[in-house]
Amino acid sequence: MRAPLSWIKEFVDIPASVTAEQISDGLIRVGFEVEEIIRQGADLTGPLKFAKVLSIEEITEFKKPIRYVGLDCGEGQTRFVICGATNFAVGDLVVAALPGAVLPGDFAIGVRETYGKTSNGMICSGRELGISDDHAGIMVFAEGEVAIGGDAIEALQINDVIFDIAVNPDRGYALSIRGIAREVAGSLGLKFTDPVDALRGLKFAETGKGVTAKIGEKRSASVFYVRTLSNFDPKATTPIWMRRRIEKMGMRSISLVVDVTNYVMLELGQPLHAFDKAKIKGGLTIKLAGKAQKFKTLDGVERTLDSNDLMVCDDEQPLALAGTMGGLSSEISETTTDIALEAVHFCEVCIAKNSRRHKLSSEASRRLERSVDPSLAEFASARFVQLLTAHSSAHHVATVVDGEPIYAPLVTIDPAYVSKTLGFDIPAKKVAEVLRTIGCDVDEKSFTIDPPSWRADLLAAADFTEEVARMIGYDKIPSVLPPRPLHATLTSTQKRRRAVATMLASRGLAEVQTFPFTNQTTIDSMGFVGERASTYKVANPMSEEFPLMRVHLVPGLIEVAQRNISRGARDFAIFEMGSIFRSSQKLVPAVSPDLSKRPGQKVIDEIFASVPAQGYHVAGLLVGKSENENWQRKARAYNWQDAISYAQDILALCNLEWTVARSDLAPWHPGRCAELIVNGKAVAHAGELHPRIVAAYGLPERSVAFAVALSALPDSVLVRPTTVGTMPAAVQDVALIVDSTVSAADVEGALREGAGELLESITLFDRYDKIGDGKISLAFTLVFRAQDRTLTGEEVSAMREAATAVAAAKFGAVVRTA
Amino acid sequence: MRVEEISTWVEDARKAFASAADLDSLKTARLTHAGDKSPIALASRGLGALSPEDKASFGKVIGEAKADIAQALAEATAVLEAERDRKVLLEEVVDITLPVNRSHRGGLHPITIIKNEVSDFFIEQGFAVEEGPELESGWLNFDALNIPADHPARTMQDTFFIEPVESGMVLRTHTSPVQIRTMLTQEPPIYVVCPGRTFRADELDATHSPVFHQVEGLVIDKGITMAHLKGTLDNFARHMFGPNVTTRLRPSFFPFTEPSAEVDIFFNNRWIEWGGCGMVNPKVLATCGIDTEVYSGFAFGMGLERTLMVRHGITDMHDIVEGDLRFTRQFGVGL
Repeated sequence: MRAPLSWIKEFVDIPASVTAEQISDGLIRVGFEVEEIIRQGADLTGPLKFAKVLSIEEITEFKKPIRYVGLDCGEGQTRFVICGATNFAVGDLVVAALPGAVLPGDFAIGVRETYGKTSNGMICSGRELGISDDHAGIMVFAEGEVAIGGDAIEALQINDVIFDIAVNPDRGYALSIRGIAREVAGSLGLKFTDPVDALRGLKFAETGKGVTAKIGEKRSASVFYVRTLSNFDPKATTPIWMRRRIEKMGMRSISLVVDVTNYVMLELGQPLHAFDKAKIKGGLTIKLAGKAQKFKTLDGVERTLDSNDLMVCDDEQPLALAGTMGGLSSEISETTTDIALEAVHFCEVCIAKNSRRHKLSSEASRRLERSVDPSLAEFASARFVQLLTAHSSAHHVATVVDGEPIYAPLVTIDPAYVSKTLGFDIPAKKVAEVLRTIGCDVDEKSFTIDPPSWRADLLAAADFTEEVARMIGYDKIPSVLPPRPLHATLTSTQKRRRAVATMLASRGLAEVQTFPFTNQTTIDSMGFVGERASTYKVANPMSEEFPLMRVHLVPGLIEVAQRNISRGARDFAIFEMGSIFRSSQKLVPAVSPDLSKRPGQKVIDEIFASVPAQGYHVAGLLVGKSENENWQRKARAYNWQDAISYAQDILALCNLEWTVARSDLAPWHPGRCAELIVNGKAVAHAGELHPRIVAAYGLPERSVAFAVALSALPDSVLVRPTTVGTMPAAVQDVALIVDSTVSAADVEGALREGAGELLESITLFDRYDKIGDGKISLAFTLVFRAQDRTLTGEEVSAMREAATAVAAAKFGAVVRTA
Repeated sequence: MRVEEISTWVEDARKAFASAADLDSLKTARLTHAGDKSPIALASRGLGALSPEDKASFGKVIGEAKADIAQALAEATAVLEAERDRKVLLEEVVDITLPVNRSHRGGLHPITIIKNEVSDFFIEQGFAVEEGPELESGWLNFDALNIPADHPARTMQDTFFIEPVESGMVLRTHTSPVQIRTMLTQEPPIYVVCPGRTFRADELDATHSPVFHQVEGLVIDKGITMAHLKGTLDNFARHMFGPNVTTRLRPSFFPFTEPSAEVDIFFNNRWIEWGGCGMVNPKVLATCGIDTEVYSGFAFGMGLERTLMVRHGITDMHDIVEGDLRFTRQFGVGL
């Protein structure tokens, strides 16, 4: 919302000593963020004169049309200038910058030779003067509008300060000069004159029958004014002061009737719509579109109406998308002489829905969906009649009204609530005084408050507390630490996540965070299938390229790896921790319990259960060499073992026991993927990435990855340690010959099973695969220890033989003799 | 055998040991002057043949002489061994400045680091760290926070909706649903912070990202006031930006707080918008079944990316989201 200082001053007595910065600070203090202070005209110096076009010589030998124009600048002799614009004719009045003038952008005007002529100045567009964004051409005025030779800087009120203000959605009233001026006055303690006061009781003579007004859809509007005017001369033009104010607000001047509707909206905040009365069949009714039909809005777009769209209709058809945009067929045209002006207090949600359904946010809908002072339907429409009749030949025919404004209810509060909420003492008297400055009527005895008509948002004690706080100043709130609760710690889950991340980071992996979006192509190219491939779809994704939620962390890591590789990195390791979104359950339509009280436990449980579980994983991707290449030797490349090792480190860090099994799971190499199993559940996979994926994504050959489902890990249990044995250990080595397809983990498991309880540890210390015959040799060291005695040679031999016997029975292992 | 003769042997041994150039020549000298066939050894062996008086007097002299020779030998050995060691160690010198085998430099993502830092700060203040799902129920993300379906506030946050749209599921637009979950599952007093990933349909540019992180705080207790909010934010700001930072509360609007405020910090000589805050709207407390006659509360929230960018002078969001290792590694693990 823009607000020119010159306009604010119309309603606030601002002493000359008050600077723009002070006003801006004042607005910020009461909750209006001033995003920019625009000093229009600050970078413009004259002479800037109005001039009459006396002659036009078209110069045609150049690529673009060039005119050599004779101007009467009131200097007693003709001044000739070169001009590239063509939107003017002899007799028009224009703005000329004379030599010596400096236009915005440090553009100095001088006498110069150009296009074979001498140009003694420049004819200006609004854009060149920095006062409008109009690209259409130079500014043109009609005879009589401005004085030839007159100072255009003064007449066009170019020198002004314009505040660009961010207005929060609860303060619809401030989308008007009336609202902003009130805040400026309130913040700086200055006198405010409400422009509406001058409109109260304004009546216009009824001279005929007007267009009727009817609220057909009861809940859609409280009050509907139609004011009919006739005898309008369509040649009437907008006075310069009005046009300039509209431009300063960032809008364009269109025609007198439209300009007056916009002007009143900007001044008071009530959107108005003017219809060409000649196009209305019968009366105006606010009702639902009812059926899907085509409707062309005045921006020329043909829209398909939703049956629930709220429309302003005549007896035959919709004429306007209510509160949002008028229709093309009934818009004010160059031949309009009779006008029906609509002013309605619409229900906010109806307009919000209209606007949203058609993705059409207009100046009108922006205000109406935020709530507008309900009294304004009357006053703003009166203001329209007042202005239009004053500046044209139009006269009032009739005013028809349906319904009446509904105001916010009276509210009784405990004034102590204000102090209790803000944390410092504010006497009730002060509370009342502050509330009066924002327009409330306060009965100090009962503390019953009648909020002003424009503040539909003031409904409860908390709302009034904010008003008191902002008017007194948030800077008055003291800084006090709250009572301190006894203690808190991270949960064990949080500690685990942190420890895992820190371990990986300190062991050479760099953490990355990727967007959790993916697409079907990626899911397919990774080879994910079934549950691991199904996910949720974003209805309105950032990009159609990534409409799905991710099902795995590795694809994101691959993308980051590709980016790093493309920027010259070769050898690195990265990891990510985060949620994945496999669609574990069907999403059902939401329950929406009443908000005035806590929903029942069943409903709460239902809401919680409606949110699908989202697994929390950690994954890593290791590419290239495992160490920095240096002078000594060729660094080792990462291999499948590294990936498995990291996955095991994570489980070990969580103090869990696991077994390793061979797996064939995407996106890994089917022969080089390990599955780590905790309590019978596969919680981690690691190994070499599938060569097809490595090739498809241009990763270094034999890149490896791991993924651990952290959210699937059991909680660590309280450690109950066994006593450390001090008796000597007995060490036994065994070498077993097995088929090469038998896994080391299986053989180890068999030995473990057979060795019995006194086995303390078992370590594979050699693997020999040059035996031939499809056989390999696996050599293990078994360490036995008893708590209470030194084991005898016989005992140890027996245990070793028991161990190898199980391996022999399960896997046909043959003890290798030296 | 004369006593003078014995002192000559000692003198000869000393000279021989001292003149040995290396450990080998010292060995030769030792055999000559202290070995089995050395004069002193022979004399020692000959003591048995002497008379008891001579045995006593010569025995003492010979004993002393042997000790002197042994000491001279030890001294010479020490000198020569030190000399030898010096030479050998010198030969074994390496250039210890050569690059050693190092694994890659890892690191935590700066957002993780700042999230941990914020969590630790609040844990120290007695706040628990609560987290919640990223794909969230619209009722928890909006309705329960007093953001009705067609209120303009709902469009303040460009929401990612999940299909089917009727399910009301969204990617959470803020971490506030975690506050609702906390209030629906815990009894006051509640002191929590909720860090986490959030989503809004903003194009990725230098200062925005559709996927970003917030940390929110929520306190519900008896007698909680806006002064407590200010105190908490002052403390938090000083922790994040240093002891000289000042904060400013500015009236603002959030449906879930009333009064609402923006919190700005004065940092590096300018005011910077840091986050939003306010007293928890009694409507929200009522929806969560918290007795507003007994309890009141405050809430605040800020973007972690923004906090990181302001504090570290990062000017481009792309650096934070792209995962370029050259960027991330600079932060180490946040120690």
